[in-house]
Amino acid sequence: MAHEHKLEIFRGRLKFKSNTQKIWGVLILLTIVTAVEVILGIYKPDLLMHTWINPIEGGFFATLANIILSPFVYMKPLNLIFIVLTIVKAYYITWDFMHMRDETKALRRMVVWTAVFLICYLIFILLQEGGYVFEVYNADDAIIKRDF
Amino acid sequence: MDSTVASTGTEERTWGGGNKPLKASYGKLMMWFFIVSDALTFSGFLAAYGFSRFKFIKEWPIADEVFTHVPFLHGQELPMIYVAFMTFILIMSSVTMVLAVDAGHHMNKAKVTLYMFLTIIGGAIFVGSQAWEWATFIQGDYGAVQTKGGNILQFGEYVTVNGKEKFKRISIDEFAVTNPTERSQHGRNNGLWYVTEQTLPPYTVNEIYEGLAANENILVRNQIINEEGEKTVLSREESLKQIKDNGKLVVKGANLQVNEYGTALFADFFFFITGFHGFHVFSGVVINIIIFFNVILGTYERRGSYEMVEKVGLYWHFVDLVWVFVFTFFYLV
Repeated sequence: MAHEHKLEIFRGRLKFKSNTQKIWGVLILLTIVTAVEVILGIYKPDLLMHTWINPIEGGFFATLANIILSPFVYMKPLNLIFIVLTIVKAYYITWDFMHMRDETKALRRMVVWTAVFLICYLIFILLQEGGYVFEVYNADDAIIKRDF
Repeated sequence: MDSTVASTGTEERTWGGGNKPLKASYGKLMMWFFIVSDALTFSGFLAAYGFSRFKFIKEWPIADEVFTHVPFLHGQELPMIYVAFMTFILIMSSVTMVLAVDAGHHMNKAKVTLYMFLTIIGGAIFVGSQAWEWATFIQGDYGAVQTKGGNILQFGEYVTVNGKEKFKRISIDEFAVTNPTERSQHGRNNGLWYVTEQTLPPYTVNEIYEGLAANENILVRNQIINEEGEKTVLSREESLKQIKDNGKLVVKGANLQVNEYGTALFADFFFFITGFHGFHVFSGVVINIIIFFNVILGTYERRGSYEMVEKVGLYWHFVDLVWVFVFTFFYLV
C-alpha cells in the first residue's frame, strides 16, 4: 500500500525529509506552544491582564463595531492568546498527527467545517445567554439576592 | 469484500459503485464521523461550563489557586506545573501513536509493537495523574465556611513576601478551637435503621468563629473578584460579622454538593468534564491494549495492512485534542 505524506508545514516554508522527522518537528512545535502557555499562565504579565479597547459608545455602528471587535473589547488579551494558541495546537494535532493534511479536500471539509460551524454556533448561543443571566442577577433592580 | 458485496458489473461507471471519492476506507471514514459527534458532545459540555462561568463571572474560582499541588512536593504552591506535565505526557503518547501508525505503513511489526506499548504506558500515566488530581481536589487543603446563601468564605492573613504585601491562606485546622460536642454521626446502628448520615464536617461554625475571634491577624475573604482580579478580603469586623451571621457549614475539600474553592458548579463541571475525558482516555487505553495484542499475535501482518492501528490512532489523537481544550478552559483562561 502506498502512503503519500505531505511533508511540509507552515505553508511550505518548512519541509521535512521523512514522515518520522515531521512527527518530531510537530512535537517540538507543540511543546514550545504549551511551554509558552504555561509560562504566561504562571507569570500573568500585567500588560495582558486588562482589555486594550473599551466598548465603543454610540449608536448602531458602535454596537456593530463592538460585536466585530468582541474578542478585543470583552476579553483579556491573555485569554485571547491562550485560545489562539489552543487552536494552533488543535490544528497541528489534527493536520499532522491525525493525517488530515493527507486526506482529500472533501473529507477534510466534511469533518472540519461541520464541527467548526456547529461549535461556534453553540458557543455563541450559550455564552450570550450566560452573559444575559449575569445581567439579570446583577442589575440594580435585581430581585434575586445571593449575598447572605 | 467480494464475498459480502454483490457485484453489479458496472463498477467502471461513476455511479456504478466501487468509486471512492474520499479515498478513505469505510472504517476510517466512520471513525472520523464518530470523532465529529464526540467533539460536539465535548463542546456541549465545555460551552455549558462557559455558560455557568459567564453567569457567575464575578465570583468564579481562580484555577491557579485551586490546582497548586505537585506530587512529592508538599506545601509548595506550584500552579499549573503538574497539569503541564500531564499535557506533555498525553502529547508524547500521541507522538508514539503516530510513530506506530507510520511503522505500520512500513509493515514493521517490531516497531509497531514498541510504539503501541509506549502509547499504552503514556495513557496509563495520564489516567493515574488524573486520579491523583481528583483525590487532591476532593481532599481539599485550607477548608472554608459556607454561608446560608451558598457562598464560600475563606481564611488567610496578610504577610510580607519580598517587600510586597500578600494575602496568604490559612487552613482552618490551624486556628479552629475544638469544643466538646454531643453531636455524633447518625448511623444505622445508633439511630433509625433505614437512615444514614453523611460524614460530619471536621468543625462546627461556632468553633471556627471562636478561633477567628481569638486570632487577631486572620481575615476572611469572599468570592467576589475585585478590580485587580483577586478575591475581596474583608475587614476584621466584617470578617467576624460574616462568619457569625451567615456561616452555616464548614466545608473541607469538594464534592458534588459543596466546594471549598468557591461555587459548587465549578466542582461539578470539573468532575464531569475531566471525568468524561478520563473515561475516554481509559477506554482508549483498553482499545490500545486489544490492538497491541493483535499486533503481537500477527493479526495485521496476516491481514496485510495495519489500518486498525491507524483507526485507534485517530481516536487516541482525538482524546489528546480534547485535552488541549480542557486544559485551556479549565486551567488557563
